[in-house]
Amino acid sequence: MIQFSQVSKRYATGYDALKNINFTLENGEMAFLTGHSGAGKSTLLKLIALIERPSRGQAVVNHKNLARVTRRQVPIFRRTLGIVFQDYKLLHDRTVFDNVALPLVVAGMEHREIGKRVRAALEKVSLLNKERAHPITLSGGEQQRVSIARAVVGKPSLLLADEPTGNLDTQLAEEILDIFLDFHHHGTTVLIATHDTHLLARARKRVLQLDHGELARDNGARA
Amino acid sequence: MKRIVTYFARHAQALVGTVGGLARTPLTSLMTIAVIGIALALPAAMWVGIDNAMKLSNGWEGPGRISLFLKRDLSDNAAQKLAEKIRRRNDIAKVDFISREQAFEEFKRNSGLGETLENFERNPLPAVLVVHPTSEASQAQTLERLVRELRQRDEVDIAQLDLEWVKRLQAWLGLAQRTVVILGGLLAIAVLLIVGNTIRLAVMNRRDEIEVSKLVGATNAFIRRPFLYTGLIQGTAGAVLAWILVQSSLWLLSGPVRELTQLYGSGFRGVGLDMSSSVILLLAGAGLGWAGARLAVGRHLHAIEPK
Ligand SMILES: Nc1ncnc2c1ncn2[C@@H]1O[C@H](COP(=O)(O)OP(=O)(O)OP(=O)(O)O)[C@@H](O)[C@H]1O
Ligand SMILES: [Mg+2]
Repeated sequence: MIQFSQVSKRYATGYDALKNINFTLENGEMAFLTGHSGAGKSTLLKLIALIERPSRGQAVVNHKNLARVTRRQVPIFRRTLGIVFQDYKLLHDRTVFDNVALPLVVAGMEHREIGKRVRAALEKVSLLNKERAHPITLSGGEQQRVSIARAVVGKPSLLLADEPTGNLDTQLAEEILDIFLDFHHHGTTVLIATHDTHLLARARKRVLQLDHGELARDNGARA
Repeated sequence: MKRIVTYFARHAQALVGTVGGLARTPLTSLMTIAVIGIALALPAAMWVGIDNAMKLSNGWEGPGRISLFLKRDLSDNAAQKLAEKIRRRNDIAKVDFISREQAFEEFKRNSGLGETLENFERNPLPAVLVVHPTSEASQAQTLERLVRELRQRDEVDIAQLDLEWVKRLQAWLGLAQRTVVILGGLLAIAVLLIVGNTIRLAVMNRRDEIEVSKLVGATNAFIRRPFLYTGLIQGTAGAVLAWILVQSSLWLLSGPVRELTQLYGSGFRGVGLDMSSSVILLLAGAGLGWAGARLAVGRHLHAIEPK
């Protein structure tokens, strides 16, 4: 599903955020991306989502060589991904329902189908009763769950999450983890960037550890 | 078939969303529409005014008329002979002879200066032949040739084509019309800039929405759509406002204009924007709105890339 070979990222400031990264994530696999703050976790996820482009090396995602995806093709490519952002990126002048529906509206899905899918996604994150609320009236954890619902509503084949449990207490964090595990069991490939060692221990999945932009440890695939 | 339906469904969706968005910022939208309306009404009203003046002057043209002022030492007899000679030409329908005596009497009667004029020892007026060409010979060019010919006769002092002032007026009107076209072009650019600026602000206000939409897979076309509709709706609404402004100003002017034309003994009735001019005005507004939005959105959309 994801294949990085000798990928480096140097920002316009001249800072090397990622250096010579090599790894492969199989279809349906689940893995965590960890490391200190500033290690390059978010940068790596941004390369996968084509928010940033690699400076060097080759990245293949979902059988697509990212270097060959043109500007015009980026939107279609992104529709195959579900992304949970570190800062949620919710729209505060729209209801929870409309926020979650956005990826489907953008893809031109039919009205009735959208309603069904959005409610199913909200049910998974236990927010069905908040569908008419505005994100600003929700707690941090609830907002995070809205952004998860938006990431999964399009049934993506690859789910990326950047600190999806950053603002949650242990119990909520575990509930969220269970949601990701559930998607993983249904065949979705999942890559989660996190600091949360408790989460790593509980999930017992593959861990890729970044240190100052280098891949310091990769404990390989574990079932 | 299904794709066509989805296509229209998406546009309808964007349109509904746009109307909702405009309703959310009514003051800004109304201001923009008002400015567009005035910018379009100005050239449209001037155009209608000139158009009316042209119609009026055409009505006055009639079959041309040539006045020949004869030399003062010419006898009535010689004048009659000349009249007869001209009358025999086949491009002339009728020639009226006004003798010096008649001319003087008429002038005394009409001017109200009768008493004073008694003091003139000599009649200062020349005899006049009023020449009416046939309607076939009434085109501007033929008339002018005819005038030139008549002017060359020894008996004739001055030959005057009564049309000349009408032609001069029409030349002025033509110039005015050209000016309106240039002014209209400038105001069209102004409308483009107004719409462009409104759209630029709208794009900036919805920065977050655009960024997030791009992140979840929105194409540029999808993001552009509501802004294009905003431009289209504002341009069209501006054109409708311009139409109302022009028609109501004409309605306000119609009374005085009727009095004026009646004083000149003309049954002329002013016309407003006809069907085709109205359609052109509407299309111009809609087109300018759309184009202004397209230019602005194209320039500013690229600047917003998710980080
Ligand atoms: N747009 C950018 N321009 C320049 N430098 C950047 C940019 N984005 C990130 N960086 C730098 O790259 C490094 C890695 O950033 P990144 O966001 O990937 O870290 P991270 O591992 O996600 O950290 P955190 O755990 O705090 O989220 C940081 O030092 C950061 O300052
Ligand atoms: Mg980060």
